[in-house]
Amino acid sequence: MQNGEDLRAKAKEALAKKGTYGKDFELDRYDAAPRDLSPVDDLSEIPDDVQKSMVNVGILPSGEGRSGSMLFMDNTVVHSSTRKVDGLEMLSTRQALAKYNGLKEYSWRLVSPDKDKYTARSFLEDADGYFIRVKAGAKVEMPVQTCMLIGSDKKAQEVHNIIVVEEGASLDILTGCSTGKHADESLHLGMSEIYIKDGGKLTFSMIHSWGKKTGVRPRTAIQMGANAQFVNNYVLLRPVDSIQSYPVAYVNGENSSVKFNSICVSHPGSEIDMGSMAVLNAPGTGAEIVSRSITMGGKMIARGRLVGNAPRVKAHLECRSLIMKEQGITLAIPELEASVPDVEMTHEAAVGKIAREQVEYLMARGLSEDDAVGMIVRGFLEGGIKGLPDALKQEIDEAMSSANLGN
Amino acid sequence: MLKIEDLHVEVEGREVLRGINLEIGPGQTCVLFGPNGSGKSTLLATIMGFGQFKVTQGRIFFQGKDITNMPIDERARMGIGMLLQRPPNVVGLKLGDLVKAASCQDVDVSHLAEDFRMKAFLDRDVNVGFSGGELKRSELLQLTAQNPRFLLLDEPESGVDMESIDLVGEKIHDLLYDTKQCGREKENESVSALIITHTGEVLKYIGADCAYIIRDGKIRCSGRPMDLLKEIKDKGYGECIACRMVKI
Repeated sequence: MQNGEDLRAKAKEALAKKGTYGKDFELDRYDAAPRDLSPVDDLSEIPDDVQKSMVNVGILPSGEGRSGSMLFMDNTVVHSSTRKVDGLEMLSTRQALAKYNGLKEYSWRLVSPDKDKYTARSFLEDADGYFIRVKAGAKVEMPVQTCMLIGSDKKAQEVHNIIVVEEGASLDILTGCSTGKHADESLHLGMSEIYIKDGGKLTFSMIHSWGKKTGVRPRTAIQMGANAQFVNNYVLLRPVDSIQSYPVAYVNGENSSVKFNSICVSHPGSEIDMGSMAVLNAPGTGAEIVSRSITMGGKMIARGRLVGNAPRVKAHLECRSLIMKEQGITLAIPELEASVPDVEMTHEAAVGKIAREQVEYLMARGLSEDDAVGMIVRGFLEGGIKGLPDALKQEIDEAMSSANLGN
Repeated sequence: MLKIEDLHVEVEGREVLRGINLEIGPGQTCVLFGPNGSGKSTLLATIMGFGQFKVTQGRIFFQGKDITNMPIDERARMGIGMLLQRPPNVVGLKLGDLVKAASCQDVDVSHLAEDFRMKAFLDRDVNVGFSGGELKRSELLQLTAQNPRFLLLDEPESGVDMESIDLVGEKIHDLLYDTKQCGREKENESVSALIITHTGEVLKYIGADCAYIIRDGKIRCSGRPMDLLKEIKDKGYGECIACRMVKI
């Protein structure tokens, strides 16, 4: 293993290394957001406008129906609480690093500090975030909610999250990320390392709602043992400057399965470059990537990559995109790679416009054109994605009704 | 209730209707006969206002108002409702949500669907994988929720299995005559209909006041529905029209 000094040296070099995809952000323009905000005991005590931002991304300030809640504002964990749930542990990443001797097994093991300037900056800034662990055999019934908010303009939020689902354990996480009303031109760097051990199950659902000038560079990797399941739901419906994300799941144990669902809307001025990758390294593993996107005049890139490195791998990738308005650009890039003969891997991609016949059919039932288009687009975005959590469905419904899609 | 004057309609640059004149009064039901490709479906779709059908000449009046260029949804809200012969699939949209959105007032969608043997379909995507009979029942369920004053039924019995035909017939009967439909008893309004049929099967369930034969985009003759149906069945369209033309 490399020692800390080696890593730091490499990370420093990598500060000049542009990301593989997406436009480049000059890190010097963004100071680190504050790390010393005052903690809040009860989420319902925080200001109304912040609460509103949270609710918009599916986070309930009441914490009702949640096993635990964490609010990470700027670069500060301002709130962290859990109910008494057997086997569930939630700490700030820094607390966990201190408590567990640097979390050597987990910290910066899946995401390399020198991958690009964004990982390097987060590593060098010693980014905080959440550490969530579910101990072996524990089934956490109610989801844990985590919220990442940027409250300061022209600042960078650097996050480092670690999730560990131990053997036979299960967990749902709802994450909402947003910017406060005065923090439009900011940068979010989110590092997430997720470990799902043998027989573990994790559903990770994320709603993003950023400002029109916000840059977003998540770096996520997942490592899975045998008989493990991972479902990743991602929803982005509101304008953003640029988001580029390409989470990768390394499926290393037999008979494990991974599913990536993403729903994106690209508004004028937005550049969304959203990918999902599954590397199937063990026999009998499976992956499904389903991407639904529409462009309302922005740029939308949907990447997907399936890699089959073991026999009896079964994987499917599906990208569908609608262009709703002129000037919208959509690019679907599905990729399949196999290194053994006994694999079954397929993909389909479709780009088109909303069918006029469907709109008129609904209008003949008395729906206005806007309502008809809204219903069809909502169906298009949600269609094909089974088991979407209600919080995500509600967000989609609300965003669709305010997006005025018919014009 | 509906009045059509010298209607000419083009589909993809080809003239399909060539001067249709037609009048249907309140409470009147008329039947359209005609060989395939004669323009029957085009006429219904044009009355509904579907964009593919371009009116190049003539006018359509509904309840005294010129609706020739009116958007589809406004026509629907005025009370025109259509059963499509081949309704499109709408992936991702649940039938139950569409029925709810189409409802003229708060209806118990689940309860209503039971009457159409469609309860199990409310969570299915609209029309996706529906059989012929299921499509018609779905269309009639939507129409019943919508509760139109003027029905456009494009071959309501086609593709319907023996088991469903009674149900389909009864539901069309109810759409026309059932005064318990939402809001009807107050307004005391009778429902009119224009129905395309090849077999006349639907006429076992409802009464029709008049019938027309369309061929090559024009109404070639009119008469009592059962008389015309018998003549078409006995002699075929060609001879039937020729005979009538002589009489006229």
